Parts: sequence; structure tokens; C-alpha cells
Amino acid sequence: MKWPAIGYLRASSLDDIWRARAEHGDAAQLLAGGQTLLATLAFRLSEPKVLVDITRVAALRGVRVEGGVLRIGSLTRHAELGRDPLVAQHAPLLARAVPLIAHPAIRNRGTIGGSLAYADPAAELPACVVALGARIVALSPQGERRIAAEDFFTGLLSTALTAEEVIAAVEVPLATPASRSVILEVARRSGDYAMAGLAACIGMEGARATSARLVFFGVGSGPVLAARAGAALAGRTLDAAAIAAAQAALNEDLDPPGDMHGPPEMKRHLARVLLQRAIATTHPATEAAA
Amino acid sequence: MSARIDITLTVNGERVSRSVEARRHLIDFLRIDLGLTGSHAGCEHGVCGACTVRVDGEIVRGCLVLAASLDGAEVTTIEGLTDTGEVADLQEAFVARNAAQCGFCSPGMVIAAADILRHHPEASRAEIREHLSGNYCRCTGYQAIVDAVESTLATRREGAR
Ligand SMILES: Cc1cc2nc3c(=O)[nH]c(=O)nc-3n(C[C@H](O)[C@H](O)[C@H](O)COP(=O)(O)OP(=O)(O)OC[C@H]3O[C@@H](n4cnc5c(N)ncnc54)[C@H](O)[C@@H]3O)c2cc1C
Ligand code: FES
Ligand code: FES
Repeated sequence: MKWPAIGYLRASSLDDIWRARAEHGDAAQLLAGGQTLLATLAFRLSEPKVLVDITRVAALRGVRVEGGVLRIGSLTRHAELGRDPLVAQHAPLLARAVPLIAHPAIRNRGTIGGSLAYADPAAELPACVVALGARIVALSPQGERRIAAEDFFTGLLSTALTAEEVIAAVEVPLATPASRSVILEVARRSGDYAMAGLAACIGMEGARATSARLVFFGVGSGPVLAARAGAALAGRTLDAAAIAAAQAALNEDLDPPGDMHGPPEMKRHLARVLLQRAIATTHPATEAAA
Repeated sequence: MSARIDITLTVNGERVSRSVEARRHLIDFLRIDLGLTGSHAGCEHGVCGACTVRVDGEIVRGCLVLAASLDGAEVTTIEGLTDTGEVADLQEAFVARNAAQCGFCSPGMVIAAADILRHHPEASRAEIREHLSGNYCRCTGYQAIVDAVESTLATRREGAR
């Protein structure tokens, strides 16, 4: 369907964004890569009056290491995330997530800020930032605040962001030689949103896991941190018994709704399979055992 | 805020200035305002890839880009790509292998495949499929398309030797 009649404002600074919001209030909606927003406009699922194009706001761009964290500007496109050397070095999980997101032409426009703000429960990047223990930098005319990724996603397509705020950046703790990270998903066709997926960050000391953050996507109303399954792995050698214990703990961690892909029990099954595969990938020695 | 937005951009190497409605997407702009009908609008919500064009050197979904946002941009369509001869061999391979039937997907398919020729000259068959996975073809069953891309890559590699 054609888009509804809309207005368009091009912001070239943060002040332009604040001004547009002051003038148009709720009728103004931020436009980043447009790869979700413009598709929903075509379905008439959303009817904002004014699109405020933020893609030329320099303050929202750039990837750099600063104060011991990797700061990724919200306008960083998926394709840029996938080829940035700092991301590859300090947050390889994000680089690995990129090929799983949509298709090349969409990755050339879609941004990390847009993906986090939209908070699709089956999206890869929200799960990754929770697994990484990242912080979301929210900016408003009143200043800046940092929100732990875990607290940022508050339910289906909703976040802790207020109507005055924009996502300025994501701050990711730097990967260490002891950290392993992996992202896996099951989708019917390449590029589709996942039926179920897992982003995992595991701290290793020899064959022993010191910590495990297992974040599932496509199985809840947002990214789901499987705390019990993670605890079942922490402090243990990642052998078949540890994997089985974590898989059993998943039953309590996850309460997946049925959706067009299948019933809850199918999602639980996929989650168990993904968990086993993820550990086999981070810790190849267990592959035979598991 | 204005209902129409003035933009100046480069399309296939030529500078154009127009005043566009905010709701105009890039494909309607190309087809209706500029008469460049090689770019197709299929689903118009990002799923089919028929609208694939280049903006600032990278492929995008033309149906998910506001024309109004393109002030200063450089757009290349299948017409421009054909004129420069960049994909002449690929287009010949499409014809030779019957990789186009109704042809609706073909402009987008060729532009997406041109990306493989530019950035992934060593791409395997599986990688070609993966790269084209966002471009739907309802006619050919894809085999002939993948064949055409694969043989073009192989011929170029031989030529480079
Ligand atoms: C066919 C198709 C397949 C896709 N498949 C996947 C997939 O498999 N996985 C996946 O994760 N995504 C997928 N996507 C979505 C894609 O990744 C989007 O790019 C992304 O979700 C949104 O980013 P955007 O920059 O395009 O945001 P936009 O569409 O511009 O905006 C999305 C929302 O975020 C808000 N917003 C944007 N930036 C900010 C900011 N800085 N601060 C506050 N609010 C902001 C906007 O107001 C809007 O409400 C797919 C899209 C399509 C069309
Ligand atoms: S018309 Fe743009 S993806 Fe289908
Ligand atoms: S040739 Fe008809 S859709 Fe591809």
C-alpha cells in the first residue's frame, strides 16, 4: 500500500530533534534507517504526522573505544557493524549477529538504534546487547542517562525510553580473551526473523565456565535472559551433564507464547537445541559428548 | 515542516532537482517523476527485492527509502548500470540461461547480483544464494539465476588470470 500523507523534517543536530518534538509532540516520529518504520507505514500500522529524519545528526554516529567501553552510535548501520574493526575486536558477538539480520540491502540502511528502539522480540541485536551486559545511552534536552540493556526492554515492542529521549549510543564492555560469544537461530528462510534464537556470552577458565549469560529471542515478549540455565553452567566444566542441567533449567526460564511458527512446546524444544549447539560452538570439546 | 521537499541528487550520473511529496518513495520518484521504469515496485514493504537500486554505491530497498531524504545522494538504477556496461556480461548470462521469464524481478536481481561481482568475486554457489535470498523470483525457480551469476563470476576470474 502507498504511504499515508506525512510531513518530513530533516534534522541536522540534536537541537533540531528537540525543536521538532516541542512543536509536534506525539505526532512526530523519528526516522532512522526506515527499514521497520516505513514498512509499517505501508501497512498503515502506524500513522505519524511528521517524520523527523535523524540520519544526518553527527552526534548519533561513530564507533569508538572510550572510557573502557566500546561506544556504538545509534545510527550505526547493520552493514557497518558487520565490517567495523573495533566491533570485530571488542564485541565480536555483534559482528556475528549481522549476517542473521534481514538481507544485504536492508542491512545497508537499518541501524542499531532503530532495532533497539523498535524492540522486536525476534530481533537479534536486542538479545545481543542484553547478553553483552551493554548499556543504552538515552539522551534528552535534560541530559544523558544510561540504562542497563536488561532493564531497557520492558515488554512487547516497548522500552524504558521516555517520549523526550532518543537513543544516542550503546556502550558495550570490551571482550576479554576469556570471553566466548555466539549467536545462533532457527529461521524458515535466510533473512527472516528467527523462530527462536540464542545470543550467549560465556566466560571461560580452561574447560570451566565462570559465567554464562544466555539470552533467547523469538520466544517471549522481548529478549529473555535465561538466568537459571546460566547459573546451571556457571562454575562447571561444560560437559554433557552441565548442558543437560542447563536445558532442564530452561523450563522455568522460558514461557514462550505460541505464534505463527508453532506452539510453545516447539519453541522450548528449539531453545534446548540452540543451547546445546551454542555450547558446542563455544567449547568444541563437548561436541562429541553432547 | 512543508508538504513538499526540494531535493537535488544525482541519478545515473545526471543531476536532477525536484520538489517531492514526503510520502513519495524512491521507486515512485524514479518511475513517475523521472520516467525511469526499470526499477520495479512489488510488495512495497521491503520483502521482495524487486525495487533494489543503488544509493551512494550500496544496494537498498527503493520502496523503503523516502525520496525526500535523498538530497545530495547518488542513485544508480538498472538503466544506469546498463549504460555503463558494468553488468553487460551478467545480463548476457541471464539471457543465455533463461534466468528471466516474466522479468519482473530481473532489474533488482541483476543489481543485487552485481554486488556479488563487485564485493565477492570468489563467492560459492551457497554464498550467491545467500546474497540473493532477499530477492524473490516467482518464475524461474532460481536455479538459472544462480547459474548465470556463477558462470559470470567464473568467466571474470578466468579473464583476470
Ligand atoms: C524484510 C525485512 C526483514 C527484516 N528482518 C529482520 C531480522 O531478521 N532481524 C532484525 O533484527 N530486523 C529485521 N528487520 C528490521 C531491520 O533490522 C530494521 O532496520 C531495524 O529493526 C530498525 O532499524 P531502522 O534504523 O531501520 O529503524 P526505523 O525503521 O527508522 O525506526 C524504527 C523505530 O525506532 C525508532 N527510532 C529509530 N532510531 C531511534 C533512536 N536513535 N532513538 C529512539 N528511537 C529511534 C523510530 O522512531 C521507529 O519507531 C527486517 C526488515 C525488513 C524490511
Ligand atoms: S517492492 Fe521493495 S521490497 Fe518489494
Ligand atoms: S522472472 Fe518472473 S519473477 Fe523472476
